[in-house]
Amino acid sequence: MNRLSSVKELEELRKSIVQKRDVKKTVVNICGGTGCLALGCTDVIQAFKDEVDARNLGDQVDIRVSGCPGFCERGTILTIEPQNIFYQRVKRKDVAEIVSQTLVDGKIVERLLYPDLATGKRVVHENEVPFYTKQKRLLLANSSRSDPENIDDYVYFGGYAALAKVLGGMKPEEVIEEVKASGLRGRGGGGFPTGRKWETTRHAEGDIKYVICNCDEGDPGAFMDRSLMEGNPHSVLEGMIIGAYAIGSPEGYIYVRNEYPMAVKNAGIALKAAEEYGLLGDNILGSGFNFHVKISRGGGAFVCGESTALMASLEGKVGEPRAKYIHTSEKGLWDRPSNLNNVETWANVPLIINNGAKWFAGIGTAGSKGTKIFSLVGKVRNTGLVEVPMGISLREIIFDIGGGIPGNKKFKAVQTGGPSGGFIPENLLDLKVDFDELTRVGSMMGSGAMIVMDETNCMVDMAKYFITFLLGESCGKCLPCREGLKQMHRILTRITDGEGTMADIELAEKLCSTMLDTSLCGLGASAPNPVLTSLRYFRDEWLAHVNEKRCPAKVCKALITYNITEKCPNCGLCVKACPEGAIAAQGKKKPVLLDQEKCIKCGTCYDVCNLGAVQVK
Amino acid sequence: MVKLTVDGRPIEVKEGTMVLDAARRLNIYIPTLCNHESVSPYGACRLCMVDITTKSGRNRMVTSCLYPVEDGLVVKTSTEKVAEHRRMLIQLLLARCPESKELKDMAVKLGAHDLLFPKEDPKTHHNCILCALCTRACAEIVQQSAISLVNRGVDREMGIPFFDNSDLCIACGTCAQICPTNAIIITDTKGKRRIEMPHNTMEFELAKCSVCGRYWLPKKQIAWMAKKSGQPIEFFAKCNNCR
Repeated sequence: MNRLSSVKELEELRKSIVQKRDVKKTVVNICGGTGCLALGCTDVIQAFKDEVDARNLGDQVDIRVSGCPGFCERGTILTIEPQNIFYQRVKRKDVAEIVSQTLVDGKIVERLLYPDLATGKRVVHENEVPFYTKQKRLLLANSSRSDPENIDDYVYFGGYAALAKVLGGMKPEEVIEEVKASGLRGRGGGGFPTGRKWETTRHAEGDIKYVICNCDEGDPGAFMDRSLMEGNPHSVLEGMIIGAYAIGSPEGYIYVRNEYPMAVKNAGIALKAAEEYGLLGDNILGSGFNFHVKISRGGGAFVCGESTALMASLEGKVGEPRAKYIHTSEKGLWDRPSNLNNVETWANVPLIINNGAKWFAGIGTAGSKGTKIFSLVGKVRNTGLVEVPMGISLREIIFDIGGGIPGNKKFKAVQTGGPSGGFIPENLLDLKVDFDELTRVGSMMGSGAMIVMDETNCMVDMAKYFITFLLGESCGKCLPCREGLKQMHRILTRITDGEGTMADIELAEKLCSTMLDTSLCGLGASAPNPVLTSLRYFRDEWLAHVNEKRCPAKVCKALITYNITEKCPNCGLCVKACPEGAIAAQGKKKPVLLDQEKCIKCGTCYDVCNLGAVQVK
Repeated sequence: MVKLTVDGRPIEVKEGTMVLDAARRLNIYIPTLCNHESVSPYGACRLCMVDITTKSGRNRMVTSCLYPVEDGLVVKTSTEKVAEHRRMLIQLLLARCPESKELKDMAVKLGAHDLLFPKEDPKTHHNCILCALCTRACAEIVQQSAISLVNRGVDREMGIPFFDNSDLCIACGTCAQICPTNAIIITDTKGKRRIEMPHNTMEFELAKCSVCGRYWLPKKQIAWMAKKSGQPIEFFAKCNNCR
């Protein structure tokens, strides 16, 4: 098609797309996101296509491979328009039934509906599923109803209207004022006011200025940016183009990690489509504004999510951070003024421009505006992506949206903000989630990972887990991070091995303080958070490890033993399952015997025993 | 010019000067290991941490080797907290390189007496603290980039590619000269220069002076000098004394 050469032409295009679409036509939206992909959605999609073809329903039914609806726990997920029927855990074998029952006969397939966790009642419509009712889905609203590879789907839902508004009559300064007034803060972790960052970059001196989109999400358990880039790449791109206009930048980069193949692919498709439509490139919408974007693929170093390391990597150098005493907004990529924002930050921009700063500032708390996407994972019943207004409580996220803890276990802690976030205990569950509150309790917003832990998690072991992760991801440039993490890991290993002393706890605290104050970048400076919050809120557990040589959660192998109780009727399950041959039968109806010398404490016997005859002490 | 105070003493320095250099102009001691006037600042050792308060009242700790002076900046180079962090940092280094005389001396100077962490095997890191002075010197002064930092995080080491012989190394010895912990050792014997890096050793042939017959420079360095200066190789046949 011809490049759009004016705002009017974009609106005409939108009109024609809207007109062409029959809202009464049946559309099956099947999630093609990474979560569902892992659960076999490709098969489901193919089966739908085959079934629809076989029944000659092509004229009446559209199959759309959509972005992620967020409820990953229940994939493969599909919604059927226009009735908004929500089917979950759909497998290939269910497809024929869905087609014949729902698409042809208009009936509901009861067993594929979501069962309410509390009542067991089946829920028909997406908007009635408890997972969604407390969410405020603004950024994720259209992902599950659009094909991310089709720019027309984005335009249909009002896409690029914000860009048209900006280019059609807003001065760059006005755009910056709008973003400033909205109160939008960076979603990558730091929470720096976005408008102020743009303003500094705009006023910085330099022949070329760059805008950069940080899609180098690397926190364990986090997939917010991934999902946005996979499921709604145009929203990110539109934000970037608006930002580039406000800043006065002709060139931008999307830095996306190569481990996100679908994000790389969909970002590329979006760039190409936007260029073809005249929404990107030279003379955007006939306004005279030029902006080009390139994709740069990251090699997977966690530290490259740090802005200066990311820029070094973009330049083709080793991805190592540098001191930010001179801000990247003044001297960034190739020493030129550069404005880097996270995927989610960029995606918020079109919303602000379309609905106004006042609307945006009306959502959230005094210091944190808008919504935030969290990836809710760990010991929670509804794993997935949730978008909630700032200020919602942790309890609402974990228990109302997340459905609480599986297996009747007790909640213990939630870690927010990625591997260098802190653990938040149960008595702080009513905390209003925003940038400042999370920092106040020793954690952080980070990019939005939320890992729930239950009573079977040992908090010393969890601290060790995250320190181990960071140890593997430290770039090694500065001393406190490289050597500090190494020593911290040794201290934690001593403690979990039952060889720790009170002096180790004191040393860990001192080391944390030095790492916090003297590390070169945020990775080292926030690495102590898991240790510090674990010590702050779960000190008892540390003391039990050190003084009593006991792991209260029964996790640390050196401190536990497995024992067979009198309940054991010699069924033989554990004897077969034991990988070390450490369990031997003692004769009929007599409890089996576990050889402690041979036992490697893998817990297999405990897992396979149906009678609870294996005890952990 | 920029006016600031360091430990209560006012000083005026050129814009762009680093806080460390301003403090040194006042003869104030700030320990450093990765800083050298001949190469660009890097900020790896963190020992030069100081406490600053900006004109707007923001108080924090920064590495003085990388922090440019500002008008009205108040710098404190030896608060108790700064001293505590420096002691912890030198402890971390001592655990890494327990036999380094330079580190032990500095630990005494900073008041870090009892070891906090178990010593690592001295053969693991051979006194290399990864300050990157050698690699910066090789890149910025010699402009050969024969050595670099390899691997990441705790596996990071300094070395030449694949810890093998290097085509780029001209055996000039700048790296050994600039190393703050003597982790690179150079010995000249029987017409050979031996360079012991933490993880490999290389040998280079030395050239004889055509007049006095004494070995005076590695042949590769002479070739490099000839190339850089545009003079013929013969120009470097005589040593400095016989010239």
